[in-house]
Amino acid sequence: MTNWIDRNIKWVFTMPAVIFVALMMVMPVGYTFWLSFHDWNMSNVTPPLWVAFENYKVLFHDELFLKSLKLMFYFTIASVAIETVLGVGLAILMNQNIVGKGIVKTLFLLPMVATPVAVGLIWVLIYEPNIGIANVFLQKLGLPGQEWLTSQNLVMPSLIFIDVWEWTPMIALIVLAGLVSLPKDPYEAAMIDGANTWQSFSKITLPLLKPTLYSAILLRMIDALKTFDIIYATTQGGPGTSSQTINIYGYVLGFQYFKIGQASALLMVFFVIVLSISIFTILLRKRAGVNL
Amino acid sequence: MKKSFVGFKKAAGYLALAVGISSSLVGCSSGTNTSSGSGSTGKTEKKVEEIRVVAANHPWTESIKALLPEFEKETGIKVKVDSYFEDQLTQKTAVEFASNSKNIDVVMFRPLQDGKMFHKSGYFADMTDYVGKEKGYTDDFIPSSLGSVKDGEKVFGLPLVTETEVLYYRKDLLEKAGIEVPKTLEELEAAAKKLNDPAHGVSGFVARGKRAAAVTQFSSFLYGFGGDFMKDGKSAITAPEAIEAFNYYGNLLNKYGPKGTLNMSWPEAMAVFTQGKAAFYTDASSLFTNATDASKSTVADKVGFAPFPAGPNGTKPYVVTSWALGIGANSEKKDAAWKFIKWVESKEMVAKLQAEGNPGARISVWNSPEGTAKFPKDLAAAIAENGKSGTPYDRPVVINVGNARDTIGDVILAAIEGKDVKAAAEKADGEFQKILDSEK
Repeated sequence: MTNWIDRNIKWVFTMPAVIFVALMMVMPVGYTFWLSFHDWNMSNVTPPLWVAFENYKVLFHDELFLKSLKLMFYFTIASVAIETVLGVGLAILMNQNIVGKGIVKTLFLLPMVATPVAVGLIWVLIYEPNIGIANVFLQKLGLPGQEWLTSQNLVMPSLIFIDVWEWTPMIALIVLAGLVSLPKDPYEAAMIDGANTWQSFSKITLPLLKPTLYSAILLRMIDALKTFDIIYATTQGGPGTSSQTINIYGYVLGFQYFKIGQASALLMVFFVIVLSISIFTILLRKRAGVNL
Repeated sequence: MKKSFVGFKKAAGYLALAVGISSSLVGCSSGTNTSSGSGSTGKTEKKVEEIRVVAANHPWTESIKALLPEFEKETGIKVKVDSYFEDQLTQKTAVEFASNSKNIDVVMFRPLQDGKMFHKSGYFADMTDYVGKEKGYTDDFIPSSLGSVKDGEKVFGLPLVTETEVLYYRKDLLEKAGIEVPKTLEELEAAAKKLNDPAHGVSGFVARGKRAAAVTQFSSFLYGFGGDFMKDGKSAITAPEAIEAFNYYGNLLNKYGPKGTLNMSWPEAMAVFTQGKAAFYTDASSLFTNATDASKSTVADKVGFAPFPAGPNGTKPYVVTSWALGIGANSEKKDAAWKFIKWVESKEMVAKLQAEGNPGARISVWNSPEGTAKFPKDLAAAIAENGKSGTPYDRPVVINVGNARDTIGDVILAAIEGKDVKAAAEKADGEFQKILDSEK
């Protein structure tokens, strides 16, 4: 026994983690992959039927699927871009020596700590077109009230706004950590050379922050791609299908239409998308000369 | 130094093994414990049985929760009730059933929404024998209600809540404006137009506008105009009568509705009405306590009810069984589950629950004066009037109702937004026909 453990010590130590990953991650993904080649409506009587690539074929001819893909990218790119710009700005502000810095920092982090579903429900009230505070605010400014989440045109920007409100602090937090650890000497050298604030920001701070920024963006992007809670809590993909991103559509296909095969095919496509984006970003980071 | 490290390694290795083995054993050991425990106590005292009822967030569930101690005292069976909002309920129960879970003993379901699909998927236990053992048990149930939970002679549920679409209106507003209660859809539109007063925060009309949710409440309008969802297995939503109905409903909400109707299911629409922000509201009769209960409604004493207004094709509002109770196919306590169902569906209980505002499916209760005593008089009259010429379904009668509802909901949405209804209907027609064809 003792010898056996000695000889296989590396397996014994890693086994619990390996079993956990296999059970909780590899198996579900494998099962989804298997289901994506079958036709099944969750019946206990008729087992899944092998249909080869039919689910994928149907999916890529499905107007709603293509629309949901577009909406997903729109949501992700818009919110991550805005969050990055605002997050860097916020981090730089919080890095200055201002009065009450600690309190300000804590307050900024609050949205991130809140539960997304609760956040969604609060925003439903804020955006309520008849009595919500957003319209009261607009009307006080003399602007016409908007329909926000119930307008086909405004629903996506309104959702992006919620996401930006909730997640900008996360980018700010990561960037702030990066800022604090930056060396001081390049700034002194730049000051002696007569660089102004903008120059030292764009020529020193940004390049040095690049690795931090890549991590922040990658983390945020993967999170934004799979946003489900906020959208489901506020619009469930509505009005109509105008905020039905790929996650919501997968949920609808699976649990409202009971087309498990098609929902699985959709998830596999989504899996590939997230995977390739991650690999792409990691390659970018490597080229920037940083290791994970 | 090296030796002590090896010792540490060994110890850690044993620890990892031990944790792994013991955690895998926990399941077995606890299993043997309980089985031996119940075996020894089973001889001396009665085993306490607990059944799990998975129900909807519905006035009926609220009422029954308060009455459970009676049942527990009578039978010694403990009842645990889990409740969810409609859509989550469908999803939750389907997932549990599909994974062959034994944990659902009694399930509350929508015969018209999930009934066919769940029955076809083998989620329900066959209740034919249970019901058959009680002589004449089903005679007292409204035949069309019973029909919605049967497959041929097989019974897979018992009807629980019935409802029909009625017109909710604000007595005070109509009186002030000197308007009669509308009897036709034409009059309704005229009255809604007259009472629409956005400047004072009151809309003429409110109803569901959210994609799938709107379809059931739109159905009575559709039938009133002479249309239907399908005819002889073919989609009928592009028929001229159907287009007219879509236009009428959309126009009413577009011109005289509050803002944001596109995201309104009944909780949202009901809230607008009970906050005094709309003059007319059409929805299911079974939701009336939300409007007349002073703790939920600011206009509780000003709400009036009327039969569904007649369309060009007369009045054909839906009269349906919205909820039923079934037994889970894998339940290990089917007898206890049936005891519970028999109890809540007994004449006395249905009478009691109906008196609290939960319209049931028993003929004798409806015929007795107590059956409608606690209903507002005009509501009882409206339900009776609707019953004379009702349509027994409020959504397309297909297996994949979820998909069909979304498809038709798209047309309602286009109508509310004032878009080209005909084009939207033609597009939906193709998709709806595809669903119909796939189920042949």
